[in-house]
Amino acid sequence: MSRNLVLSLSPHEKGGESVQKIMWGVVIALSPALLASFYYFGWNALRVVVLGMLFCVGTEFLVQKFMMKQKTTALDGSAAVTGLLLAFNVPASIPWWQLLVGSIVAIGIAKLAFGGLGKNPFNPALVGRAFMLASFPVHMTSWPKPLENVWSFGVDAVTAATPLGKLSEGGVAALPNLGSLDLYKDLLLGRVGGCIGETAAIAVLLGGIYMLVRKIITWHIPVVYLASLAATTGIFWLLDPGKYADPLFHLLAGGAMLGAWFMATDMVTSPMTARGQVIFALGGGVICGLIRLFGAYPEGCSYSILIMNAFVPLIDRGFPPRRFGKEVKHG
Amino acid sequence: MRMKTFPMGGVHPPENKISAGEAVQELERPARVQIHLGQHLGAPAVPVVQKGDRVRVGTRIGEGKSFISAHVHSSVSGTVVKIDDVIDASGYRRPAVIIDVEGDEWEEGIDRSPELNREINADADAIVRRIKDAGVVGLGGACFPTHVKYMFPEGKQADTVIINAVECEPYLTSDHRLMLERADEVLVGVQILMKAARVNRAIIGIEANKPDAIELMSRKARGFEGISVAPLKVQYPQGAEKQLIKALLNREVPSGKLPLDVGCVVNNVGTALAVYEAVQKNKPLVERVVTFTGRNLPRTGNFLVRLGVSVSAMADHLGLDIPEDTAKVISGGPMMGKAVAGLEIPVTKGTSGIVLMADGAARRREVLNCIRCGRCVSVCPMGLEPWRLEKLAQLDRFEECEDVGAADCIECGSCSFTCPSARPLLDYIRHGKANVMRMRAERRQK
Repeated sequence: MSRNLVLSLSPHEKGGESVQKIMWGVVIALSPALLASFYYFGWNALRVVVLGMLFCVGTEFLVQKFMMKQKTTALDGSAAVTGLLLAFNVPASIPWWQLLVGSIVAIGIAKLAFGGLGKNPFNPALVGRAFMLASFPVHMTSWPKPLENVWSFGVDAVTAATPLGKLSEGGVAALPNLGSLDLYKDLLLGRVGGCIGETAAIAVLLGGIYMLVRKIITWHIPVVYLASLAATTGIFWLLDPGKYADPLFHLLAGGAMLGAWFMATDMVTSPMTARGQVIFALGGGVICGLIRLFGAYPEGCSYSILIMNAFVPLIDRGFPPRRFGKEVKHG
Repeated sequence: MRMKTFPMGGVHPPENKISAGEAVQELERPARVQIHLGQHLGAPAVPVVQKGDRVRVGTRIGEGKSFISAHVHSSVSGTVVKIDDVIDASGYRRPAVIIDVEGDEWEEGIDRSPELNREINADADAIVRRIKDAGVVGLGGACFPTHVKYMFPEGKQADTVIINAVECEPYLTSDHRLMLERADEVLVGVQILMKAARVNRAIIGIEANKPDAIELMSRKARGFEGISVAPLKVQYPQGAEKQLIKALLNREVPSGKLPLDVGCVVNNVGTALAVYEAVQKNKPLVERVVTFTGRNLPRTGNFLVRLGVSVSAMADHLGLDIPEDTAKVISGGPMMGKAVAGLEIPVTKGTSGIVLMADGAARRREVLNCIRCGRCVSVCPMGLEPWRLEKLAQLDRFEECEDVGAADCIECGSCSFTCPSARPLLDYIRHGKANVMRMRAERRQK
């Protein structure tokens, strides 16, 4: 009997993990925050999310087809995740063309110019956001008030400053209910101004826990990032509670939750080993805290992650895994 | 009970122990066998028969002449047809003795009675001599000549014999059946190995997915001084030598060293049985238990097979038509076994199983870019960075491969198994490792 057999080296068994499963797992994990954003910002949130994903997937497809002339990976889920995360990091009132510019920068420059999936040193969604913040500072810092004009597409809705914005402008005096349960409840549930996906801390946390359970991420980056942010802001709060906000406020306000669970954990732009991830997250939390406390911007989460992204190759070299049988002592 | 396991890495592939309930059956003898002279690690044996010679079961047909080598015996009685190069499981043509089978006559002095012989009369040196004479090699798959393990270099000594009955490879059930059906002989074999190593402690490590074997072996081991059974967590590669020692004794074999450097000798459970037969029954290694299995097979089983029988002869004797959708035939388990080019390859001392895979499972997925998820790092039981080794080996940067531990790779395949981008990590690591080994050999020569 003769037949053609497949010849390949071991292992012949393959686990069930795939890039697509991971990417769509992240999308599922983002869905609680997505639903919360629809609830608070209505049609505008839906508009920005759909456009963001469309623009990012479209950019990837067009650039790969017409400029790189290669098989497209637009539908592997990673561009969709970038689009979703970019949308989550802008106000619901953002004009569509600004979002388009942000998407082109995120996918075209931050991702594809470096070689596409897996090759980009910086988180594409955050690069897109940083570009937009620098280019369109007014629109990027006008936040629609949650639960107002939910069913209109109007861009000129009532605006509300973010809690971190108030803090940065007027110090703790600008936040009269600091320390009261109501503020933390509002922050947890998302009844504050802010970017589409960042306001409802509880919804983001829920998605993060889903990713932990599905083993898409490990606890190291989010837990250490948040702990480090809490420690940095906590030290100053302990020194002068009259001048600085408490660490719990910092954990729940702004993009800390979204950043810790979804932006800093981006596999491509974070270290490979658990030890490296701890260092990475530690640095991120400190930088975020310092920008918030002393920087020109009210929020430092995106920049803290982008800065730490730059250190990833060094961290990977400096903190390799402990090798079996290397430098062992035995009696 | 908290089960023992190795501390870092590991994966859990689907176990697929389909044939675990099938008692070992003796396979009929085929008309012809092909017995390779190089069935072991080290130098191939030198043939000591010629075309036309009459041989019996147990006749020595090849002699291991170098330090690391093993004798080869005829597994059948009959006439030597020729000595020729025949393709083995690795895909290379290697010298083999081809014998036409006539009857089933055994060499004199081989005790084929089923009675258990518990009395160990031979001393340590005599044991090692008999193991060598019987051509016993490690039956777990690596096929390292067993007697060499017990010839300790000056100044080295052991305190523990570890019996590897983990069988962490998916599908394979030959060791499992062996323990259930021949526990007493295995345990006497373990005692013989303890005597050869001059130790008074032996630990039999069994993965927790074989509770019946753990129960039986634990109960029977009570009748043997110094032998204990340790259940181990189901985690691949629990049966890798270094991982097993770490799990059982919390000793870490240093990079580039051997188990003996931490006071251990590790043998497969099937080897213990072969040692029993060699020392107590004067029986050379001429047959072994082979699992014949696959998810697309209507029947699977465990068979006592004479060495040199081809896979297709096995299938014929089982009355099995190899299913049309079979696309891959693996000698050994699916994690570390070798895909073979045809069904004519013969069973050798290292063939623990033959696993058939249907078309879908046999083909590799499309390779995508590395997404730096770090899973290869977290599953590596040796604490290596497979992604980095892959990159370096691709670029032929072998010095750097050496620096980041290519030589430590045990080729368990956990990295490739787990990679969501289906990257051929282990393929490239092997390329890097082979070149590191070559460089080291060249350095030694200088």
